[in-house]
Amino acid sequence: MSHPVISTKFYTGIWAGLICLTVLTAAVSYLELGPFNIVLALVIATCKMLLVALFFMGVKYISEKMTVVVIVAGLFWLFILLALSMTDYISRPWV
Amino acid sequence: MSDSTPAVATHNPALQHHFSSMHQQMEASVMGMWVFLITEIMFFGGMFCGYMVYRYMHYGAWLAGSQHMDFWYGTVNTVVLLCSSLTMVLAVRSAQLGQRKMIVIFLLITILFGLAFLGIKAEEYYLHWQRAEFPGLHWDYSGPDPQGVSLFFSFYWAMTGFHALHMVIGIGLVSVITFQAWRGRYNSEYYNPVEISGLYWHFVDIVWIYLYPLLYLVSRKHF
Amino acid sequence: MATATVPAVERENYLNKEYGVMSWLLTTDHKRIALLYLVSITFFFFIGGFFALLIRLELLTPAGDLMQADTYNKMFTMHGQVMVFFFLIPAVPAVLGNFLIPIMIGAKDLAFPRVNLLSWYLFIAGGAFMLYTILTGGVDTGWTFYTPLSTQFLDTHVVAAALAIFIAGFSSILTGLNFIVTIHRMRAPGMTWSRLPLFVWANYATAIIQVLGTPVLAITLMLVALERIFHLGIFNPQMGGDPLLFQHLFWFYSHPAVYIMILPGMGVVSEVVTAFARKRIFGYRFMALALIAIAVLGFLVWAHHMFIAGISLYAAMVFSLLSYFVAVPSAIKVFNWTSTMYRGSISYTTPMLYALGFIGLFTMGGLTGLFLAALGIDVHVTDTYFVIAHFHYIMVGGMVLAYMAGIHYWWPKMSGRMYPESWGRLAALIIFIGFNLTFFPQFILGYLGMPRRYWQYAPEFQVLNVLSTAGATILAVGYILPMIYLLWSMRYGKPAEANPWHAAGLEWMIESPPKTFNFDETPTVTWEAYNYDELNQEVPVER
Repeated sequence: MSHPVISTKFYTGIWAGLICLTVLTAAVSYLELGPFNIVLALVIATCKMLLVALFFMGVKYISEKMTVVVIVAGLFWLFILLALSMTDYISRPWV
Repeated sequence: MSDSTPAVATHNPALQHHFSSMHQQMEASVMGMWVFLITEIMFFGGMFCGYMVYRYMHYGAWLAGSQHMDFWYGTVNTVVLLCSSLTMVLAVRSAQLGQRKMIVIFLLITILFGLAFLGIKAEEYYLHWQRAEFPGLHWDYSGPDPQGVSLFFSFYWAMTGFHALHMVIGIGLVSVITFQAWRGRYNSEYYNPVEISGLYWHFVDIVWIYLYPLLYLVSRKHF
Repeated sequence: MATATVPAVERENYLNKEYGVMSWLLTTDHKRIALLYLVSITFFFFIGGFFALLIRLELLTPAGDLMQADTYNKMFTMHGQVMVFFFLIPAVPAVLGNFLIPIMIGAKDLAFPRVNLLSWYLFIAGGAFMLYTILTGGVDTGWTFYTPLSTQFLDTHVVAAALAIFIAGFSSILTGLNFIVTIHRMRAPGMTWSRLPLFVWANYATAIIQVLGTPVLAITLMLVALERIFHLGIFNPQMGGDPLLFQHLFWFYSHPAVYIMILPGMGVVSEVVTAFARKRIFGYRFMALALIAIAVLGFLVWAHHMFIAGISLYAAMVFSLLSYFVAVPSAIKVFNWTSTMYRGSISYTTPMLYALGFIGLFTMGGLTGLFLAALGIDVHVTDTYFVIAHFHYIMVGGMVLAYMAGIHYWWPKMSGRMYPESWGRLAALIIFIGFNLTFFPQFILGYLGMPRRYWQYAPEFQVLNVLSTAGATILAVGYILPMIYLLWSMRYGKPAEANPWHAAGLEWMIESPPKTFNFDETPTVTWEAYNYDELNQEVPVER
């Protein structure tokens, strides 16, 4: 496999992006956005996660597609756990 | 993959007998580590599920609880881990280039960042303990909705605790790899263990990337 | 293709390659590890069975006269935990899967042989914790560990039991991980996905569940342990917690877990039915897809264990509907096995008897699952013996029979010996009769209202309970017989040829028992799975 060798500069650039996003998420938490606070926080966190996963973990360069399927499946399964559990809690007051 | 008549062609001494090529071995080990990481996604995921359910049911308590978090400890720790991820990936890069000394240096710095994280975390835990913010064992909270806030803190301790445990394991793992690198085990043909240790390390970082806003940034703190 | 010569006794194979305890305890050969598992899970099977006998003894009479109520709670808890986590979950994958998967795909070993050995050691470590729990007084939470009973109100060794299962779960995860990577990356040239035996597909689907579901059980048990040790209050209503959160997290794993238990058995049945009908499987594609569908859909139905626990009615409806869907792929499999046998050339060997038993009993168990999935019926029969009968029809009538089918089918390959066929058939018959006598009355008992997990019951239920206990003793005899004759055969059984069943599959093209590295040369596969058309022409069917 062995993804291509990436330059130190590029990696440092990704790192800088991660730091910026951290500053951003900390700053944004001081704003009053109601339910959107959590949405924004998770969006930013997901952006950071993608930077780490794609570039530091090399997902962008993985030659074996099946490994990407594995990763997506894992995330999807977490989503199943969260979403279906919430169907109970959200609908409890409906009855 | 072609036939695997043993010991005929000269093969890399790191090639295990049941694989037919270094390429197959590398792909298998990378895939194996990713499969392990998705088990970790589900492991932490159980706690994220509980967090989400209780945040939904006790939002006020979540706001209040997050006020008791030490913003700067959490933020500095986030930065520390991000730096460690950079040095980790630079270590893997050095391995790709066969630069033995640089592998060791970058791995050692990674370990240092990891230890720094744990040190800051330990101090933070001590502060919480001092303030009697450990539900059940050492709990003294007089604000509104003590039940909800104690739930928040239960999740704080459980989630950061398991994260810290994974950091300890990660530091141990990277230490072993550092030692092997120092002994010259890795070169541009074979650096699997460095790469998959890197994957584990980055994953633990990603967990913290989510823990940080979920635990420290719930409330809108005002100066 | 198939060699039919009787091998010389001294030919080197994986059993005689090295001798000595350390050569077994430090082996990385998947076949030896499979045998290590075989011994271990058999041991735990008899421990779980011992608890079952105690349960049935107590239930001979309506009064609680054999033991205290709390002791009875321990009996059914230990029976459940040992059987589920230390027998059913590892049985087919860790024994037959470990042994056969590399061979079936044309590989020399699994992708990670040392991780495989680690899996076994973790299993043993978990088992040791479980034995410790049993020997120091047991645990009485029910195998389901429901909170707040398990976290707040019991003095027994809950944490030890939780740790035991946690460790065993880790073993299961690593086995699943190994299988996934092996099947993806180590197939021989020409062994495409569509040529894989369904046994491999079944273990692959199982591995997916093991990898995605078990970690949630792991964290849930950890949280229970933390709550007991540190009094955190995550599931404690008095501290704002929700006991149902525990149930959601627990069943998120434990429902798919039942598919971990049954899917490998379905894989075995596909192999056995084709071999003894001498026909290719009907609807290969659908059979493979059905396995994956069961694995995926199985994750979407967990709250059907919680219908009366207090979840919202709307969530209950959603989960009820999804539970109906998951029955569809299982039904497809039953139809396809039947179609495979239609106009086949059937021989009633021991494995085939077990497989036929599986098909019938699994169908009954599965259909009664649909009864339970209906909200209106579930309200009446949940937590009664109806549920117990339902899952025992699947787990014992299905899974255990499939395991026995597999053990007998591949016994010649694993041991190099034939088991005595008449004894095999006799044991199968005894097990079938004993099983039905034990569990069919329980459907009726549950329907009539006898609750589960009660150590005494209303007197009008006694006759059925006595029948059930009588069945259990017959079943026990049926289980002991194979222990004896299989052991006997290892010494005195007829030496087996490479392909005693004239069956299809790579495993039958190598010697019995196989060499350590399975193949002299990695095969190149050019034929489809279950190529009985070709095989039937080569070897005329004499039966």
